This record gives sequence, structure tokens and C-alpha cells, in this order.
Amino acid sequence: MNFKVSSSPHNRIKRKTSDVMLAVILACIPGILAQVWYFGIGVLVQIALAITAALLTEIICLRQRNRSFMQIKDNSALLTGLLLGICLPPLAPWWIAVIGACFAIVIAKQIYGGLGQNLFNPAMAGYVVLLVSFPLAMTLWLPPLNLIEYSLSAWDMILVIFTGYSDQGYSLAQFRTSLDGITMATPLDAIKTGLSNQQTYQEILQQNIFNHDFGIGWMQVNLAYLLGGLWLLQRKIINWRIPLTFIASLFLLSGICYLASPQSIADPLMQITSGATMFAAFFILTDPVTASTTPKGRIIYALLVASLVFVIRNWGGYPEAVAFAVLLANMCVPLIDYYTKPRTYGHVKG
Amino acid sequence: MNQIQEISWQGLWKNNPALVQMLGLCPLLAVTNTFINGLGLGIATLLVLIGSNISVSVVRNWIPNEIRIPVFVMIIASLVTIVQLLMNAYTYELYQTLGIFIPLIVTNCAIIGRAEAFASKNSVPLAAWDGFMMGSGFLVVLLVLGGIRELLGNGTLFSGADLLLGDFASNWTVHLFDFEQHFLVSILPPGAFIIMGLLIALKNRYEKRIEALVVGESKKSEKIERARVTTES
Repeated sequence: MNFKVSSSPHNRIKRKTSDVMLAVILACIPGILAQVWYFGIGVLVQIALAITAALLTEIICLRQRNRSFMQIKDNSALLTGLLLGICLPPLAPWWIAVIGACFAIVIAKQIYGGLGQNLFNPAMAGYVVLLVSFPLAMTLWLPPLNLIEYSLSAWDMILVIFTGYSDQGYSLAQFRTSLDGITMATPLDAIKTGLSNQQTYQEILQQNIFNHDFGIGWMQVNLAYLLGGLWLLQRKIINWRIPLTFIASLFLLSGICYLASPQSIADPLMQITSGATMFAAFFILTDPVTASTTPKGRIIYALLVASLVFVIRNWGGYPEAVAFAVLLANMCVPLIDYYTKPRTYGHVKG
Repeated sequence: MNQIQEISWQGLWKNNPALVQMLGLCPLLAVTNTFINGLGLGIATLLVLIGSNISVSVVRNWIPNEIRIPVFVMIIASLVTIVQLLMNAYTYELYQTLGIFIPLIVTNCAIIGRAEAFASKNSVPLAAWDGFMMGSGFLVVLLVLGGIRELLGNGTLFSGADLLLGDFASNWTVHLFDFEQHFLVSILPPGAFIIMGLLIALKNRYEKRIEALVVGESKKSEKIERARVTTES
């Protein structure tokens, strides 16, 4: 027998970057399907636009940096485009997705030196630029399809995205108000607006976008992402620390505040099943490049994001906070990693 | 390349206060949301820089070395006050738009940097020329940055030209394109940082080529040295 002598680590996982990325992409599928079911084919169009723009930009950047454009095969640009596309409102104009994806790839990723070097999560950086630049278009979420009185065909959706008007000449703003003047915001948006209008949380829940306890559609989408995330956990693609800490601490923080004043804050179950909570917990926060990598660091990082999400959602200017929270926490990651280095075996502590 | 040309080359490109020395970034980033704002602040800085270089150069032989910095600061502060009062008198609206950033010219390190590094060691004409060229280098960056930001964020150029140049310029605003929604981030502070970073990257990208064009191949190979920004260049 031939014994090979090699240095540690001895137990290696022979997993390529592209496989990891592909697994994450596959895990998004249940969530995307749920989104398409509730918000229409527009979701898919946005994802396709973002992915196309991301891939093209990545190829151009790699050529400019004298790298082989076959690096595109690591699927990271594909994943960035996908994650960005998922975040976009389904009927946003086409150039929104294109600008966002270009910014994500060029500024947030390639300028820092490409995959593995970026400080900020590219998809979230692209999303924040879009949100800050085009606040109107980026907050125009449609109500779930079964609540719109005017039925919207797939062709109409595509027309709205590319030309701004549907077949019959309705504009996006008209769909949003559902043609009969009922403004439909996302559940988190509705809660924020309602609370600032001196309504109590219980009164807000009577609006027809809520199904007693949950936002219609949003809860199901969140559960679908939870499903995909659990599959990732089971495949050991992501570590349990970040998602679990994030969801648990968001739940606890809002739970404490909800107990203290149940009228002026959304209840903890609503907090973790609306907006981008589950999607962020499993797909955004766990980005191997921009998240903390040490076991303790991961917990601190997720805790930080959860508290930022909680603070911005309840007292900030924007209804959804995940993107801002993630970027702010990304900045702290080098520091967190520095102070939570695990002890090397055989070395004394400290 | 004689001394006059060398000073121009250093001020406009090689040792540009904004792109290379990266001095005075605070006003640079804060007020360049339009072309005209950039122009206003750029001219103000230019005037102060010329004035301070001349004054410092005039008195350079009488200042004890130990107290030179306070003296420079006094000179610069008086000049900034003059410029501020002039703008208050003749371009009142622009003065209000630029706000605190006019008095803040006094803290612009590019000015005291030139006083310390150049004017206190050179004759008056050279110091004046250096002030003009360094100021122009700063002004050009302000204009480019302001132009890009205004173009992306508003789709216009030269909006508010009447604030600086008087009523006859009131219809100078060029509407290059008109979208329903503008790229707001470029007017906001983060956009200033990003675009400034891109400008610096662009400069570094074409550094060698332009240097070869202006200085010539032969001279370039003679001396290879770091661009020093703290002492005499």
C-alpha cells in the first residue's frame, strides 16, 4: 500500500465554487415559483433581465482586466443577477434591472478585484443604489395578483416592463391603485404608513392586503424561501449559524417590543414572514465572501444585521431594511473576523 | 521643459491637487452636484490660491520658521474672507447655495500645502503661476465632477448659470435628456465618492500614455520617483 504523507487539512470537501453557486441558485427556485404565483410573470422577466445584464457586464469586465472570460463559469455573476432580480418589483421598468446589475458587477465586485475580493454583497449594493436613485419605481410593488381587480396577462406585464404601458394603455401607477383607488403597498409599507398615520397595528391588519395575521402572498413567498434555505442547510452549503441567529434575534427583538407596546409595532411573526426576511437569512446573509467566516463572528454578524433590520424597519425611512443592514454589517466584517479568530489547536488562548 | 512648463504640468496633471494629492476633498465632494456650483467654488479656490501664494512668497524672507504655519493660516483666512464678501456682494444666490463651503476654503489643505511647499521657497512670479496652475487643476476636476454628476442626476448642464454669471446666462441650461426618473444617487454624496473614484481610476489608467505624450519618452526613463505630495515637488 502506498501511504501519502500530506499536511493538514486532511478532510477536504471537493466542492467547486460553481457547484456551490449552482446549489444556491437551485435553492431559490421554490421562492421564485411562489413569487411568480403571487406577483406574476414579471418576476421572471426581471430575473432574466438582471441575469443577462450581469453576465454581459461580467464578461466585459473580465476582458478589460485581461482575465479569461471563462471565469464566468463560476456562476457567481449568474447568482448576483438572480438575487438582484428577485429583489426587484415585478413591474419595474427594464432599465432598472440593467442599471442595478451593471452597478453590482462593475462597482461592487470587479473594481474590488472580482469574486472573493469584494467587501460588499454585490446584489445588495446594486439594490441599494437603485432604491436610493429611483425610490418611486423601486417601491412600486403590485398587490398579489388575486387582489387586483383588473386581470393582468403575461403579455401585459412584459409590455409594462418594456414600454411602461399595458395593451389597453394602463400605466403602472394605475395597476398599483388597482384601478379603483385602493392603494396597495407591501405589508411592511402598509404597516409603516399606517403607524405614521396614528393607526394602531390592529387597525392596519384589517386592510385587505392582510389575511388577519399575515400579508397575503408575502408569507407564502417567505415560507418558500425558508424551504429552499433548509435544503441548503441540509446539503451543508451554508452554515446554520447565520440564518438561525438572524431569524431568532429578529423574532426576539420585535417580540420584546411587541409585548411592550403591541399597538405601535408589527408582531414578531409578521416581522419574520414579510419583506425579505427569509430570503435574506438564507441567501443574502450567507454570502461566503462578504459574511463573517469565523463561528463566533457569524453569530455576531447575524445579530448585527438583525438589530439593524429591526431598527431601520421600525424607525427608519424605508419600509424594508435588509439591504441597508447587510451593507452596514458587511463593513464590520473584517473587524468582526479579526476579533473572533478561533484558537489554533495547541496555542494558548488570546 | 522649463520651469514654467514644469509648474503647469505638475498643477494640471502630474501632481493635481484633487486627483493625485487628494487635498480639499470635502468641498470638492460636497458642492459638485452641479456644474455651476463646481465652477463657483473652483474660481473662489483659484483666487484664494493665487492670492495666498503671492502673499506668502512676498513675505517669505521675513517669517521666522517657527511661526510660519500660523502666518500662512492668517493670510489664507484673510483672503478667504475677501472672496466670501465679494461673493456675498455680487453672486448672492450662489453664495447661499455654496453656504459653509466658502468659509471652509480656509481649511483646504491644497492651499496651505502650496504655501508651505512652493510659495515659501520661490519667487513671487513663480509662486503666482504655481497658484494659478494648481488652482486650475482643482477647478478642472470640480468642473468635470460637477458636470458628470449634474448630467447623470438631472439630465442637464449649466443649470443655474445665472447665479454666477448674471441674468444674461439664465437660459444657458442645456437639457440633454429628460427621463421620468433621474439617477439620484449621483447627486447624493455617495455618488460623489463613486464618481471621484472613477475619475482617479481613469487618470491612473491613462497616466503613462499622457505623460509620454507631454514629457516625451526620453525624459521619462531618466528619473523614476514617487509623486511626493507633502514637500516640494
